[in-house]
Amino acid sequence: MSDVTPDLELDLKGLLCPMPMVRVSQNITNVPVGGVIRAVATDAGSMADIPAWAKSTGNEVMSAEKVGGEFVFFVKRIK
Amino acid sequence: MSTELDEAMARITALEAADTAAAPKKISMVVMSGDMDKLFGAFIIGTGAAAMGMEVTMFFTFWGLRALKRADAKMTGTTLFGKMLGLMYGGGIEKSNPSHFSFLGMGRWMFGKMMGAHNVATLTQLRDLAIDLGIKMYGCQMSMDVMEIPQESFVKGVQDPVGVGFFIGEAQESQITLFI
Repeated sequence: MSDVTPDLELDLKGLLCPMPMVRVSQNITNVPVGGVIRAVATDAGSMADIPAWAKSTGNEVMSAEKVGGEFVFFVKRIK
Repeated sequence: MSTELDEAMARITALEAADTAAAPKKISMVVMSGDMDKLFGAFIIGTGAAAMGMEVTMFFTFWGLRALKRADAKMTGTTLFGKMLGLMYGGGIEKSNPSHFSFLGMGRWMFGKMMGAHNVATLTQLRDLAIDLGIKMYGCQMSMDVMEIPQESFVKGVQDPVGVGFFIGEAQESQITLFI
């Protein structure tokens, strides 16, 4: 995903459930349709939550990776 | 015969698709408990559902009314018992105690410390976030009357009080209903 330039960077480190998902949801409208958010969280639960959020809201998780102790998401706004 | 069946099945599929596409999904909750742990559950589920694009209705009754009260709403009652209740059960959501290990407020302090150390949002923050996310929060008119807790003691953003009929109406339209 290093070839994708995100439209917005979100630092979700230290936040616990439900905040990582809530922050992504609050910020998705800050990028244009087709735009990408790169979000970095430390809450392991967000690996399940953010994809579930995307499925429910009709957006797309392009990638969700564990990098060291962090979880890095590329989320694309679909609508 | 089989073509009729096929047609009927196609119509059902189309109706189902229209039904799910038409309105956003909805969750309705009764929050009867004023316990810190249960309120955490209620608000985490509520804010999470709102983030996922659902309409959220939270109906607060009996001990759950504390979750709506302002921190400075102390002596709310008018009669002797109402005043006693206000005195012993005054204050807002930040005064809620855990359902176990209460120890006259020690448990609240201990859990507060532990949650703070893990960077969990406070109940007050979650409740205010719920209002920001457009969650509809209602006090139960009957328990507000009985417990002598007026609408004026609630934080801004709480809807006008309602009764069970309203809640059932909301619940009928909901895919998820919870009692906490």
